[in-house]
Amino acid sequence: MPTMPAFAQQTAPQPERVRELVHLVRQDCGSCHGLTLQGGLGPALTVAALREKPRDSLVATILGGRPGTPMPPFRGIVVEDEAAWIVERLQEGFPVDAGAAR
Amino acid sequence: MLHLIVKYMWWIPVVVLLSACATQPPLRGTGDLGIVIERATGQVQVIETSGRSSLAQVSGLGDLSHASVVFSRDGRYAYVFGRDGGLTKVDLLTARIVGRVVQAGNSIGGAVSQDGRLVVAQNYEPGGIKAFDADTLELVADVPAEFGSEGKRSKVVGLADLPGNRFIYSLFDANEIRVTDLSDPRNPKTERYPAGKQPYDALVTPDGRYYIAGLFGEDGLSMLDLWQPGQGVHTILPGYGRGEQALPVYKMPHLRGWAVAAGRAYLPAIGRHEVLVVELGSWKEVARIPVKSQPVFVMARPDGREVWVNFAFPDNGWMQVIDTFTNRLVDSFQPGRAILHLEFTPKGEAVWISARDDNKVAIYDTRSRQKITELPAASPSGIFFTSRAFRTGF
Repeated sequence: MPTMPAFAQQTAPQPERVRELVHLVRQDCGSCHGLTLQGGLGPALTVAALREKPRDSLVATILGGRPGTPMPPFRGIVVEDEAAWIVERLQEGFPVDAGAAR
Repeated sequence: MLHLIVKYMWWIPVVVLLSACATQPPLRGTGDLGIVIERATGQVQVIETSGRSSLAQVSGLGDLSHASVVFSRDGRYAYVFGRDGGLTKVDLLTARIVGRVVQAGNSIGGAVSQDGRLVVAQNYEPGGIKAFDADTLELVADVPAEFGSEGKRSKVVGLADLPGNRFIYSLFDANEIRVTDLSDPRNPKTERYPAGKQPYDALVTPDGRYYIAGLFGEDGLSMLDLWQPGQGVHTILPGYGRGEQALPVYKMPHLRGWAVAAGRAYLPAIGRHEVLVVELGSWKEVARIPVKSQPVFVMARPDGREVWVNFAFPDNGWMQVIDTFTNRLVDSFQPGRAILHLEFTPKGEAVWISARDDNKVAIYDTRSRQKITELPAASPSGIFFTSRAFRTGF
């Protein structure tokens, strides 16, 4: 079994929360980054754009935002494990939105 | 035999024509038509507001996150601007795409010229504006938003049309407002005005005189009086957030949408739970109205008597209504999950509200503020009625 990298989440999000997170990224992050994540006011979040980026700095950007830019902090909306899960999915090709959770 | 076939062949088109007539919808005008964006599926619905129904669905419009729509001056055609740079011309009467160009890498909306001949797109990538023949969608002018000495191009926001076939817009990265005269589209002339930091959107007053740009990079807004452009850009509401820590902004406020009512402009504060009110002309602050969360759209009812407000994520299930006579909140309610947009019918008796996460458009009576009906829509965002065709700024 390969060694798990240090950033790997301790607890993977549950299926209902996964659905919420995918919806959040596609729809609400999509306001600035595009539904297809090709970019807008914010940069593209495609596999090609993020593949070479260090994961911990991407996680830090989600949680803390980027001061001086419109990127807001999502700490309080997602926890660190969830931010790490989002970054991993973005770097491998983000799932399709199945709609809002009930 | 052959001569008989030839003899009667003229019947064939007549028969086809007659059968086509049998299924053809009745003649209709376009004044009560509109478009609902179904953002997740790249589709739009053609709707009509008199009977509050959906007439048709048109697909194949690309990435419609943050899509917006303007209309031809005869109200027949909708120009849909997609996030992916697609500009699609939709015939509202036949519900067909009659023209489509992918004109940029990343687009944020557009406007139609005073004479109706040009449709102009504002683009993030490559930053600038492009003008197209409104009939053919042929490119007639490309005006890059270049700034600095290295040929960098800024994202363009807040595009509005002005009298004289001119267009005004703001440069997010270059802290400028520009006015491009397209009265001779083959020879565009651009004037530049220094503005505040990071304009994110803007509005032009209904008469086309004042242009107000909201600023992300500093408190206050930038205002240009287009009747006296030599006076340059003034800062209005410079102190509304001074010394306070702004809240994180989960959705940029939208100014385009005419929040001008009762001689005042109603504006969403950025990073604050407030609607700001300024008197037109004197530009004095009249009020700050505390609201539920960070406002996104602050929309005046067509008669100006009320202003309706929706909010940024995560409080985007709420709407609030401000009485413009008292500048007080008179109602708060939850029409659905993820309220992205609202549009008043031309005379304002009803308002259509998109609830993205409930996959519906809710239609409310504006006097009773009670729901009249709902229409199903897949992940609806923008709602746009043809009455926009007759407004300066769109």
